[in-house]
Amino acid sequence: MPNLSVSIASLRLKNPVLTASGTFGYGTEFAPFVDLEALGGFIVKGTTLHAREGNDYPRMAETPSGMLNCVGLQNKGVDHFCTHIYPTLRDLDTNVIVNVSGSSPEDYAECARRIAALERIPAIELNISCPNVRQGGMAFGVTAAGAAEVVRAVRWAYPKTLIVKLSPNVTDIAEIARAVEAEGADSVSLINTLLGMAIDIERRRPVLSITTGGLSGPAVRPVALRMVWQVARAVKIPVIGLGGICTAEDAISFIMAGATAVQVGTANFLDPRASQRIAQGIGEWMESHGVESVEEIRGVVS
Amino acid sequence: MDKIACDLLCTARTMLTPHHALLTLRADEPLPKVSPGQFANVRVAGSPATFLRRPVSIHDYDGAATVQLLVHAVGDGTRRLCELQVGERLDCVLPLGRGFTLPDTPLRALLVGGGVGVAPLYLLGVELVRRGCDVTFLLGGKTEADILRREAFEAVGRVCLTTEDGSAGTRGFVTHSPAMGERYDFIYTCGPKPMMQAVGRAARQSGTPCEVSLENMMACGLGACLCCVEKTTTGNRCVCTDGPVFNTQELIL
Repeated sequence: MPNLSVSIASLRLKNPVLTASGTFGYGTEFAPFVDLEALGGFIVKGTTLHAREGNDYPRMAETPSGMLNCVGLQNKGVDHFCTHIYPTLRDLDTNVIVNVSGSSPEDYAECARRIAALERIPAIELNISCPNVRQGGMAFGVTAAGAAEVVRAVRWAYPKTLIVKLSPNVTDIAEIARAVEAEGADSVSLINTLLGMAIDIERRRPVLSITTGGLSGPAVRPVALRMVWQVARAVKIPVIGLGGICTAEDAISFIMAGATAVQVGTANFLDPRASQRIAQGIGEWMESHGVESVEEIRGVVS
Repeated sequence: MDKIACDLLCTARTMLTPHHALLTLRADEPLPKVSPGQFANVRVAGSPATFLRRPVSIHDYDGAATVQLLVHAVGDGTRRLCELQVGERLDCVLPLGRGFTLPDTPLRALLVGGGVGVAPLYLLGVELVRRGCDVTFLLGGKTEADILRREAFEAVGRVCLTTEDGSAGTRGFVTHSPAMGERYDFIYTCGPKPMMQAVGRAARQSGTPCEVSLENMMACGLGACLCCVEKTTTGNRCVCTDGPVFNTQELIL
């Protein structure tokens, strides 16, 4: 059996498959379909310092090979997570990572500080790239200076593994990646959703309540793969690739582009078993191709 | 509550109208218990325009491995579902959602359905009758041909009809039916939103508890993506897991 384990800073993953924030709830929603401990880990829903109601319905539009969403970070706040959700996850033998969002560097840092106190949460993923809220997200992630400012604030507050999730809605994603690496990020994950839009021509109105939303699914995969390849060449820290991964073959292509690990996102909606199926499929592919470790194929496409 | 993902075998298909199919689907193993008002999230093969699963109410359940789905062809995905052939398999995640509240004591119930919204009311009616309830179905449509499964409903309880063109039952909307003016202990409704709003308002006026089944657009069906939320008196809640059935008191009608 090939060795599927990979490392991201001090994180040890039993295989390179994580699930993407916002597509896997708090993990427990998928427990009827997936052995959560068979995953490298999962990243729980975007969490903010204070509770948020999110945007109005409609928040979703189906598109060719993908979907738009403008959920807008609906969550009950970090204290609710610590008190009510964390106890349900703490005994799992896998990596539970919390996605953290905010509207100011101070917000992000305080949220991160409270999660740092949770013994069994080994890492956070900093969301500086949510396209669906006016503040707290993409505004920071689309400039190198803004991204650096948030990472600097959180790095002071958070001693464990810090992953920064990058926006694809930029001119040069490698520049942003280098900026967050310089501020001490342990890893970058990319891509978040691509800003998009849909119009209901009969009603002559946007489909989504806030007009624009983030595009995800296989429609974005080639763009994501190109960006992962660019960023992997630009930084020394591990890269986590995501964007439309639906099969083990998709995941392997991201690893060959330079990703250390991958996240399965929208595919969880199409098939709730997708993440475990992909993890298993990577192992089977490696075995049938005589590949003994993930490092052997990582970044082979230079 | 148990839920599973599995490929159900199509054992029968009946076209009720040119746009409505009744699919009988059998699992290889017994299904987790289905409660009236729950739904299946169905993957549509061979339709590039249909990226996400389609939530479909469970119309009937035999208590073991067989369910029936009533599908209305509105887009390419549901049209493909209506064309499912006997012997083909359908990838379903089920049973999902929180169904209708079932009474512990026999009561007088009105079940109001419009269009394909009658789908979950069949299993509900069967279960209410099993619990000794007095069941009246009030079914509405534009014309007589829109009234789906009339004989099946008549075999379960009293059936009252309304049609907008007067071709069957009372002319007008369900709220124009004399059956609407009677006293009930509980009203259940599923159908177009304006119909459910009107029924909800009538129930509120008469002080009758009322539950509605919503059909907001969904992605995951599991309470993870938060796409299908409905504004309630306690904030945004997922139709797929907190619903699809809500008490009208909780909703902002």
